[in-house]
Amino acid sequence: VRRTFAKVLTDLAERDARIILLTGDLGYTVLEPFCERFPSRFFNMGVAEQNMLGAATGLAEAGFIPFVYSIVTFASLRSYEFIRNGPIFHQLPVRIVGVGAGFEYGNAGPSHYGLEDLGLMRIQPGITVIAPADYEQANAALQATWDSPRPVYYRLSKDDSTTVAGLNGKFELGRAQLIREGSDLAMIAVGPIAGEVAAAAEILATRGVSCTVAVVASFNPAPTDDLIRILSTVPLAITVEAHYVDGGIGSLVSEVVAEHGLRCRVVRCGVRTMPVGVCGSQDYQHRRHGLSSAALVETALSELQSIRR
Amino acid sequence: MFQSRRSNTLWNNCRTLDKDSGVRLAILFKNNARLNEETLTEEFGFSSQIRRIILEQSKRANVGHIGSNLSVADIIAALYGSILNISSPHDPERDRFILSKGHAALSLYAALFLRGFFPKEVLDTFCEDGSALGVHPEHGLDGIDFSTGSLGHGLAIGAGAALAARLQRSARRVFVLVSDAECNEGSLWETLMFAAHHRLANLIAIVDLNGQQAFGYTADVLDLSPMAGRWRAFGWDVHEVNGHDPEEISRAISTLDTTSGLPHVLIARTVFGKGVSFMEGEIKWHYWPLSDDEYQQALSEIAGIS
Repeated sequence: VRRTFAKVLTDLAERDARIILLTGDLGYTVLEPFCERFPSRFFNMGVAEQNMLGAATGLAEAGFIPFVYSIVTFASLRSYEFIRNGPIFHQLPVRIVGVGAGFEYGNAGPSHYGLEDLGLMRIQPGITVIAPADYEQANAALQATWDSPRPVYYRLSKDDSTTVAGLNGKFELGRAQLIREGSDLAMIAVGPIAGEVAAAAEILATRGVSCTVAVVASFNPAPTDDLIRILSTVPLAITVEAHYVDGGIGSLVSEVVAEHGLRCRVVRCGVRTMPVGVCGSQDYQHRRHGLSSAALVETALSELQSIRR
Repeated sequence: MFQSRRSNTLWNNCRTLDKDSGVRLAILFKNNARLNEETLTEEFGFSSQIRRIILEQSKRANVGHIGSNLSVADIIAALYGSILNISSPHDPERDRFILSKGHAALSLYAALFLRGFFPKEVLDTFCEDGSALGVHPEHGLDGIDFSTGSLGHGLAIGAGAALAARLQRSARRVFVLVSDAECNEGSLWETLMFAAHHRLANLIAIVDLNGQQAFGYTADVLDLSPMAGRWRAFGWDVHEVNGHDPEEISRAISTLDTTSGLPHVLIARTVFGKGVSFMEGEIKWHYWPLSDDEYQQALSEIAGIS
């Protein structure tokens, strides 16, 4: 999605002179299309994320739409208070672009894993939070939100080639995207892990389990109405995220179930332990934390058995 | 520089405050005159009016941060007396001012009130339930460009505002008042590097060098000396001034080239609690509110200054 982002942003910048791009020294071999086309609207701010967010706030107040680019953890965690006291409190159109959802940085290790950004951003009432599942959806989400008057956080994948089957680049603010409908259970995913979920649903179908699969890319505003509809029709919901289980889609779905008194059991698949001290690829970490399609199939079958008992 | 449409409000405000100096100040504004080196704020009692409001309002609200406010009263007086181009709080071309040491917001409210940005009734809500005027400033209030309160944030916003002005080919300037203890924050030094690298000559920082912080003296907590040398080493154009002489501050700023070259910083030597003998240099007045007796003594000492 990184290259998709660079291309979309370059196209948008042709149309709107307010767009400028700031990076915390990241995006080598990715952001060149923008910085070559608009050298005077591109600033490598150095490895200094707090200053980057503060400067973006000052730029936005003066009428610019600054896109601020870094890896998820540095974009969200390092500069979090500057995001809160800056673009959010002032309701300014700063775009915070975090790249590398979940375990995408694989063997780079836990300093580079984005496992709590959705939760952190979601608890702030004044920021739109977008987490596309693939590059086509990211394109649609950027087109739909780039000129929002308020701040936006984008959690972007590194993957510019894989798509989630059935998603077809659909995105709508405040809506969830249904990519499969079934009656035994609903699997609700956020981010590129939706690919594993779609694969798990295929396998489950061969075992006679009929599965709804929904992708939530509009995290704030949350697709509450869609979730109510989905969760009202199934006895079991499995949430899936490359994110800590607290604060992300598992929490969001649980809140909807509890607040609306729905009769649906929620099982949260996500990261429950600190991923420290064990190096490994993204696939390895997905397997290790129960997020591979095979692991999701096992979880679905055993949870179905338990609610039927 | 002072817009005439505010004059009547200002006139009324000043009359309710301090008849003599207020009337003189109001006449000055009414004539739409520019305060400059000859018509100094100190002479017209601007600083002492700010100090008086600081004491009155902090006493009424029973809150602290009095020493920090008194420390910057003359810097605020210089900025709002003669330096800032702010014909309207909504004019995109106005100079920006960021009170990065947000805990001195009362001094800023005082100056904004005296400049006619809001009436006495609003000033009198300081720290009341439901008021827009808290201990730290929020941008919803006319005249407050940015909310502050978390130290080490304001200068970064200022650098962005200065970069925006350059990109928009605007002559507007950005002033940021930081405390010396705020220089403990690493984020501030990120901005020093950024502003120097991009030669943001339209960015003017002022350091309130009073040598104190919440829980001790800066020399004992995290020694910041040499303050001027540190900013110079980071590539800034450094000027040292007496932070209690609005004329000197005003003159120093008027000599700055804000169109090209390095970003500027005024290292303003100040006295914490300036003007109230029992507060000066005393750590407890970072947080302490005034007793009745202390309030009366402080008022009489402030009156003696101008």
